[in-house]
Amino acid sequence: MNDILRANLLSPIALSFLLGIIARVIRSEFSLPKDIYAGISIYLLWALGLQGGVELAHASFDSIAAPAGVTLLIGCVTPLTAFGILRYIGKFSDADAAGVAAHYGSVSAVTFIAAQTFVKAVGAEVEGFMPTLLTLLESPGIHIALAIGAIRTGGQGRPTSEVLHEVLTARTMVLLVGGLLVGYLIGEKNWLVIEPFFNTKGAVFRGALTIFMLEMGLLAGSRLGDLKKVGPFLLGFGIAMPIIHGALGAWLGSLAGLSVGGATVLAAMASSASYIAAPPAVRVTLPDANPTYYLTSSLAITFPFNILAGIPLYYQIATALHR
Amino acid sequence: MLTTPLKMVVIVAEPVLEHRLVTELRALGAKGFTLVEGRGEGTKQAHATEEGANVRIETIVPATVADRIMEHVSTTYFENYSVIAYVQDVAVARGAKYA
Repeated sequence: MNDILRANLLSPIALSFLLGIIARVIRSEFSLPKDIYAGISIYLLWALGLQGGVELAHASFDSIAAPAGVTLLIGCVTPLTAFGILRYIGKFSDADAAGVAAHYGSVSAVTFIAAQTFVKAVGAEVEGFMPTLLTLLESPGIHIALAIGAIRTGGQGRPTSEVLHEVLTARTMVLLVGGLLVGYLIGEKNWLVIEPFFNTKGAVFRGALTIFMLEMGLLAGSRLGDLKKVGPFLLGFGIAMPIIHGALGAWLGSLAGLSVGGATVLAAMASSASYIAAPPAVRVTLPDANPTYYLTSSLAITFPFNILAGIPLYYQIATALHR
Repeated sequence: MLTTPLKMVVIVAEPVLEHRLVTELRALGAKGFTLVEGRGEGTKQAHATEEGANVRIETIVPATVADRIMEHVSTTYFENYSVIAYVQDVAVARGAKYA
């Protein structure tokens, strides 16, 4: 375990992320230009979608059915566990608990990418259809949590159809679902032409990811000051919740027949908290939920935990389950 | 030069509200608007998206529409969102465009 943890901490992804955090902590003026950040995130998601689509074309329906089923199950369970724990053990208000639960029910694409890169670095195989599972997990959790929140707070927010439209047409979903379709349709010959640029195991992708992690570090670092405001319960929640959801993901993934690598990536997805799709959806639908709670727990606690220690831990759990 | 006295309503809000505000301004009778992005901070410091990012929406309208907009913004957004709104007197050329 220690060797894997150390190898992960010394990976370009983790160290770039840490440098970003440090830059913010020492109040460096360094920041990634907004358009470069947006451009790289488009590239990463598009590459993920395309390659996922190409590999999806090789997969049989039978091999995907069970993993897809457990992924949807995870998408329905994680917002409920998060809401229950925050509301009844943490004594948060309905709106605050639902706001945080929407983040933990959804998925962080960067954590997913980091998990895939980690698994490939330790030499394990990952099923090619994992990006398909990512798109399945993106949306249900947000909606379940928002629905709980809207019902319990009297629902002064917007109609569900509007939120649904917003989440389903967000950049992440368009690029991932669109990429899966395009990758599925173009066929092996066309893929080989663009493969050097888009291969998620390739140098371009990993290099871009390394730059991207600097910005993620800056983002997380800028939230560190809020750690004092959220209280000890949410601090503990931000670490315990991903471990519980990660173990659930590794277990269900293994039951559904995923390899060690696939179960690790599914665990990382289940454990992760969204900070791109969920915050604006929650802000508009549950305006009385305090943004400091959901932003700090997902971005300043759970995300760094997963990048630095969580993913290696889920790999250990998945390995143990496969023995 | 011939000018018409009108009101300019300025709303500074967190960016998640942009789409809603723009749609509502139109519905309340504004004929157009100008929107710019900027950074700033107020009493509620935590924003749902990027830190300190705000949008400033300006619209030039007759006084009755200005009142309607101020009323709507006050009752809908002040409680839960980071929003400020103010009205200025302006004198515009081609006053008929705004009525």
